Amino acid sequence: MISLSFARFSAVLIKEFVQMRRDRVTFAMMIGIPVMQLLLFGYAINSDPKHLPTLVQMDDSGPITRAVLASMQTSDYFDFLGAVTGREEGDRALRDGTANFVVVIPQNFERDVLRGLSPDILLAADASDPTATSGAVAALTGIVDAAVAQSLTGARQPEPRPAAPFTVTVHRQFNPESETPINIVPGLLGVILSMTMVMITAVAIVRESERGTMEALLATPVRPLEVMFGKIIPYILVGYVQTAVFLLAARFLFDVPFLGSPLAFFIGFNLFIAVNLMVGFLISTVARSQMQAMQISFFTLLPTILLSGFLFPFAGMPGWAQAIGSAIPATHFLRITRKVMLKGAGLADIASDMAAIGAIAAVVIVISLSRYRQTLD
Amino acid sequence: MTDNADLAISVRGLTKRFGDKTVVDRFDMDVPRGSIYGFLGPNGSGKTTTIRMMCGLLVPDGGEGECLGYDILTQSRRIKEHVGYMTQRFSLYEDLTIRENLDFMARMFRLKDRTARVDKALDDLGLKDRADQLAGTLSGGWKQRMSLAACMLHEPRLLLLDEPTAGVDPKARRDFWDEIRRLSAKGVTVLVSTHYMDEAVQCDFIAYIAYGRRLISGPAGEIPNIIGLHTWQVEGGDISALEEELREDERVGQVARFGPVLHVSGTDQAALDEVAHEHIKRGTHKWTAREAGLEEAFIYLMAGARDNFAVPGGAQ
Ligand SMILES: Nc1ncnc2c1ncn2[C@@H]1O[C@H](COP(=O)(O)OP(=O)(O)OP(=O)(O)O)[C@@H](O)[C@H]1O
Ligand SMILES: [Mg+2]
Repeated sequence: MISLSFARFSAVLIKEFVQMRRDRVTFAMMIGIPVMQLLLFGYAINSDPKHLPTLVQMDDSGPITRAVLASMQTSDYFDFLGAVTGREEGDRALRDGTANFVVVIPQNFERDVLRGLSPDILLAADASDPTATSGAVAALTGIVDAAVAQSLTGARQPEPRPAAPFTVTVHRQFNPESETPINIVPGLLGVILSMTMVMITAVAIVRESERGTMEALLATPVRPLEVMFGKIIPYILVGYVQTAVFLLAARFLFDVPFLGSPLAFFIGFNLFIAVNLMVGFLISTVARSQMQAMQISFFTLLPTILLSGFLFPFAGMPGWAQAIGSAIPATHFLRITRKVMLKGAGLADIASDMAAIGAIAAVVIVISLSRYRQTLD
Repeated sequence: MTDNADLAISVRGLTKRFGDKTVVDRFDMDVPRGSIYGFLGPNGSGKTTTIRMMCGLLVPDGGEGECLGYDILTQSRRIKEHVGYMTQRFSLYEDLTIRENLDFMARMFRLKDRTARVDKALDDLGLKDRADQLAGTLSGGWKQRMSLAACMLHEPRLLLLDEPTAGVDPKARRDFWDEIRRLSAKGVTVLVSTHYMDEAVQCDFIAYIAYGRRLISGPAGEIPNIIGLHTWQVEGGDISALEEELREDERVGQVARFGPVLHVSGTDQAALDEVAHEHIKRGTHKWTAREAGLEEAFIYLMAGARDNFAVPGGAQ
C-alpha cells in the first residue's frame, strides 16, 4: 500500500453513486425498509391493547372484591368472560388462549384486608405476547388501589393500616421477563442497520465479480483499498440517512425519548456502521453470487435478531447463547442505543460496548484481508 | 529486460490447476515485440486462463516469465499499467453510459487530459452521438468495440485481446484488424486469441493450444510445414461422392471441402500420393499437388484435438 491514489478512489466512489442512483429498487429499499419496519414495530408499540379476555377465580366475595372487579372492568383493560372454579381450569384457559388473564381472589380476602394483613390478589397473565399484556398489567395495581381505597372509606378502617391494604402479585407465564415496548425502537435501529448495511455492501461487491466487471477492474492498476473505500463510503452515507429518518420517526411518531449524549451516540453509531460494512465485505469474499451474498447476509441476520437481546432479554439467555450473542456487533450497539436514548448515558458509560465492537471489527478485518484476493482465483 | 529485450512476453512452464484439473500445463510462449501473435485452440483449451496469468489476474501454480520485462509473479502492478486487456466476456458496467465507462477506465489509469482522450475514443468508435446511452443497451458487436476502445485508452505497449471479434460483423472486423496492424506498426505488441481462420492468417506468429498444452507454435506461414502436412487439391466431377469415398480411405488424413474444391491432406506423403495417383488414373477429377495452407493445418489440429477427447485421460 505505497501510494493510494485519490483519483482512483474517487472514481470508484463516483461510479458507485451513479450505479446506486440508477438502481431504483435497491435505493428505494434502503430508505423504505427502515421506515416500514419502524411503522410495523411502532404500530405494535402504540397499540396498548384493551378489552383483553379475563376470567375470575373467586375464592372469596364481598364488597371489596366487587369494587375491585368493577373498577377493573371499567378500566377497559379487562373484559370479564366469567368465573373459573379452580386453578386448573384457569391455566387451561390461558394455555388455549380463551383468556389472557385469570384474576384469583384468595380465600378470606375481605377479612384479611380489613384486618390489615395485606393479602395477595394473583393475576395470572399470558405473557407469551408481552406487548399485548404488559399495558394491562402495569395499569392493574393503580386500578385496584383506587378501588379498595374507595370501598374502605366509610367502611371500617383497618387497624393498624398497612402501607397497602393488599398486594397484587403478577405471574407472567410462558415468558418470565417481558420487554417494555419502548425498548424495541432503539433496538430496532441496530437490526435495521445490520440488515441493510451488511447485505448492501456484500451484494455491491459480489456484483462486480458476478457481472464479470471485476476482471476489467483488476486488470487496471487499482489497489484493493481504493476499491474497498470507494465502494463502502456511499453505503456509510446510506446508513446515515437511514438513521436520521429513523431517529426522527422515533421521536415524533412514537415519542421515544433521546436522553443521553448525542456525541456518544454518534461515535458508537459510526463504529457500528463500520463494523457492519466490514462484515459485508467479509461475506463478499465468501459468496460467489449476489444471491449467495443475500442469503448469507440473511443468515447472519437471524442471530442478530434472536440473540442480540432485541427480542429476548440477553440476561435470560443460556450461557452458550450469550456467548454467541456477545460476538454479534448488534448486541453491543443495542446496549449503546438503549443506554444513550433511554437511560441518558454519556461517552464513558458506553466505553465497554464500544470496546467490544472494536474488538469484533478487528477480528473481521483480519479475516477479510486474509481472504481478499487481488486476483480472480 | 535483460536477454529477452526483444520479447514482449516470455513465459516458461506456466501451469494452472483448478482443483485437481490441470487447465494449463507447462506452457511456454515467446512473443516478439511489435508482432501480432495469434493464440488458437478449441474451447476450454486454456487460452483465457493463460492470458489471465500473463497479466497477473491469476496466480500460476508453476512456471515463471516476463511481460514487458516485468516479472509476472512479482510485478503484476507494473504490468497492468502498460497492458491493455480485453476480456472475453463483456466486463464494463452495463448500468453506466458509454462515456462514463470510458471515463472510469481513464481515471483508473490516471490519464492526463482525460476528457480529450475519452472524446477522441468516442469519435474513433463513431459513438459520439450515443455517448450517453447505457452500455447495457448496446448490441453485442458494439459492446466489443467499446471494450476494445476502453482497453486502448491508456495507450498500452501490449494488448491482450481475448476473442475480441466474437459476434462482430465482417466490416467491423476488417476495421478492427486494420487498427491492429496500425498499432503493430507503431510497435505495440498484440496477443490475440481467436477461433477465426481468416484472422489467424493475418497474424505474424501463431501458437496452438489444446488441453492446456502448446501443440505447436511458430511464424504463421510455417505452421503447415511444422506439422508436415501435404495437400492435393481436387476439383471437377461429382465432388460429393468423391468426398465420401476419400473419407473412407485410411491413407488419407483429412478431407476439407471449400465449395466445389476438396483439399485432401495427410502427414504421410507416400500414402497420400499413392491415393492421388490411383484417382488420377481413373481420370474422373482434376488432382493438383499444392502447398498445405493454414486452413488445412488448423482443421488438422482441431481434428487431432477431438480425437484426444475420446481417449479418457488422454489429455491429463
Ligand atoms: N475459475 C475456474 N475454476 C475452475 N475451472 C476453470 C476456471 N476457469 C476456467 N476453468 C476451466 O479451465 C479450462 C480452460 O478454460 P479457459 O477459459 O482458459 O479456456 P479457453 O481456451 O479460453 O476457452 P474458450 O475458447 O471457450 O474461451 C476449462 O475447462 C474451464 O472449465
Ligand atoms: Mg476463453
